[in-house]
Amino acid sequence: MIDSSPPRTRRHRPPARLLVAALAAVTLGLSACGSGSDGGSTDDANAGSDAAAVRGGTLTLAVGADPISLNPQGGGSGTDPMGANLVDTLTAQDPKTGKLRPWLAREWTVNDNATQFTFTLREGVTFSDGSALTAEVFKQNFDDIVKNGAKADSAIAQFLGYDRTTVVDRDTFRVEFKQPNVAFLQATSTKALGPLAPATLALPFEDRARKVIGTGPFVLDHYTPKSEVVLTKRAGYAWPAPTRTNTGEAYLDKVIFRIVPEASVRTGSLVSGQIAGIVDVPPQDTDTLRGRGFQLLTRANPGIPLSLYTNVSHRPLDEVRVRRAIARALDPEQVRAAALSSDFKVATSSLSATTPGWTDLSEQIKRDRDEAGRLLDEAGWRRGPDGIRQKDGRRLALTLGYAPFFAPSQTAVEEIQVQLREVGIGVDLQLLTNPSIPAGQTAGYYDLTFGNQSRADADLLRTTFSTEGTNAYRLADPELERLLQDQRAAADPTNRDKILAQLQRRLVDQSYLIPLIEFTTVIATAKDVHGVSQGADSRIAPLNDVFLTH
Amino acid sequence: MLRYALGRVVQAAMVLWATYTVSFVVLYRIPGDAVLERTRYEPTDITAEQMNTLRAEYGLDQSLVSQYLHRTADVLTGDLGRSLVNGRPVVELIGEALPWTLQIAGLALVVGLFFGAGLALLANYVQAGWLRQALLSLPPLGVAVPSFWLGLVLLQIFSFRITWFPATGHGGWRTMALPAITLAIPIGAQIAQVFAKSLEQALAETYIQTARAKGLGHGRILVGHATRNATLPALTIFGLVVGDLFAGSVIIETVFSRNGIGQLTAASISAQDMPVVQGLVLLAAIVYVLVNLAVDLTYPLLDPRVARLSRPVPSGA
Repeated sequence: MIDSSPPRTRRHRPPARLLVAALAAVTLGLSACGSGSDGGSTDDANAGSDAAAVRGGTLTLAVGADPISLNPQGGGSGTDPMGANLVDTLTAQDPKTGKLRPWLAREWTVNDNATQFTFTLREGVTFSDGSALTAEVFKQNFDDIVKNGAKADSAIAQFLGYDRTTVVDRDTFRVEFKQPNVAFLQATSTKALGPLAPATLALPFEDRARKVIGTGPFVLDHYTPKSEVVLTKRAGYAWPAPTRTNTGEAYLDKVIFRIVPEASVRTGSLVSGQIAGIVDVPPQDTDTLRGRGFQLLTRANPGIPLSLYTNVSHRPLDEVRVRRAIARALDPEQVRAAALSSDFKVATSSLSATTPGWTDLSEQIKRDRDEAGRLLDEAGWRRGPDGIRQKDGRRLALTLGYAPFFAPSQTAVEEIQVQLREVGIGVDLQLLTNPSIPAGQTAGYYDLTFGNQSRADADLLRTTFSTEGTNAYRLADPELERLLQDQRAAADPTNRDKILAQLQRRLVDQSYLIPLIEFTTVIATAKDVHGVSQGADSRIAPLNDVFLTH
Repeated sequence: MLRYALGRVVQAAMVLWATYTVSFVVLYRIPGDAVLERTRYEPTDITAEQMNTLRAEYGLDQSLVSQYLHRTADVLTGDLGRSLVNGRPVVELIGEALPWTLQIAGLALVVGLFFGAGLALLANYVQAGWLRQALLSLPPLGVAVPSFWLGLVLLQIFSFRITWFPATGHGGWRTMALPAITLAIPIGAQIAQVFAKSLEQALAETYIQTARAKGLGHGRILVGHATRNATLPALTIFGLVVGDLFAGSVIIETVFSRNGIGQLTAASISAQDMPVVQGLVLLAAIVYVLVNLAVDLTYPLLDPRVARLSRPVPSGA
């Protein structure tokens, strides 16, 4: 609405440039007003733009992890920043409000118990191979995801109880489920449900890893595993998300994502000007980069904060007093000081504040070491000769499993170990591979596991804690289960938020989950990079707003 | 000589089979599997049925023995299976990664050999005791410095401060220089250590005294007489050096953001991508075996006494 005129190029006459600069300044002012409500922060004028948009150029960004596959539906890391540039989605989730806005679907309706979703597509959208986006293509995509099952690991979870997709007319289709699935709507804003061209669906699932044809603002040029992903501008792109400011083609000609596993090399490459940005800055490097004048964007990931997940199926954590004692004994601020940076906020609930439906429980999860000691005394755990509490000849020693998915985890769990030791709880740390964590949880090997989970919808609580599926945390709480299922059938957002608040309270009150710190995504860019922003999932948003001023 | 060679080949085949089998048992006994890894984000809503379908497709639903027999039969026909993470053939994944590793490892070997052997010869050539000591103290330093740290220091200086070399990327010699040097230093240092020592021992032999008595110069004796005899012990560590090249590539490729066998190994281990890990174990075993076989078969050429000694001795049984 601010800048609907076509973007100017460098060749424009000075008056025109001035005008654009003035418009951009307005944009900047508005976005400054808006910031704070979206839970993110920008050091500099990055989200808005302090310069006239310039066309052309190549942006080189470093990313820590290999995407493995660029197919947004599955087979990849699930967290790569590339896929969202290749596909568009039915809805767009506004990071400021958490609300869904029309995108490929110009409108939609949901029935009362959230089993039927009807979408009407906007017109004129095409895939980069020229084929048209129709209701039929969406049906093919959704049926294909279900057919591929667990192979489509990023998307399949949204299709539990999928009945069918019915094509109503060329631009209208209805997705039907056998059971309520309110979170499906939010899922339609994630890249996992972005439509792929029929030509891509015709390939065997494995072959799609490097051949993704979407409707997005960029097209895949090539992907060299463990080296780089190169995207080029989609010519004629005219249907950007309502959350983007650029209404036409991407400004950049080309984007290179360099895969650089070593964090200090990413930072060194940025400082020495070999790359223009980093999509995942580790906490230890944020101060250095700020000090050198780079622009930093930070936003807490929606979903479950970095937390301790408890195993309540056997002693000693089957007793709520012991779980509560752990929650009272831990000081997240100390954990943050030891392992992270001030960009990471202390958790205020079992969801981070950027999650739609979040409720503030910071009073309930306050640290109180005396209370922790009292709870343990009451539960009959008394200090033994080595300082570790004992009961019936058994020491209060817990195993804590953690995976190395996030480098600072090691320091964080060591700090947790020290803090729990002070109240007389011994902790044995066990470093695990990613796959052995769920296996170990299901088998009940660990008393505690450390980690977080990201999704911009609170249904994540159900997929994590419901006793229906694998029940990794071995819960048996009908009250919790009822809330988890109820929120899923609550098509009315106000009603759903009410249930979600109860749910968050229940998790914290029972200390099934001990939330500590909000996992935070930090993006750094050079001064001449403009228009970078974070989406509702806190990951780097599609790059069609981004331009360079050299 | 033929018997000797045949014995070595049979031994090599046994080593390969044992490596494959032991690694299979160890890897498949680890809790969890790659299917769980793929579905860890939303475990509740991916049904057990869907997971089992995928497991069945990968053959993970069968018993350990049955999996072992099937996979072994496939391996014997040259089919190493498919990655559980991205479904691509293991042979293709290794084929894609191997050239990059060979490039760096080959360059590192040449550089390491040149400077390692050169240093050893120089240390044994110089007459001044202090200089000799100074030269001989370099190899232990080179072995002791961790590659990870060395790579980062080189990057810091030659890429981030003085921008001679790019920090990342695959194309051209400029991206190869720093990784190759980082990998070459510990290898060259090992070669220098062993070769300097064996040169020193060779120079103490009586035939050297004879050569000296004939009036040959120091340099001529060093290169012409001592080197050939001193090569034998140095050759023995060649197998180890190749092993170090492999191990070093895990670190080098991570630090310098290069595709290759090292990164493939690290990634597939952390994802419990068993077929890929097994393929890599097999590759490493084959390389080890071939190098050691080549070394063993080279001994008799360099020193005929080896072949004579290895003739079977009649036993009483």
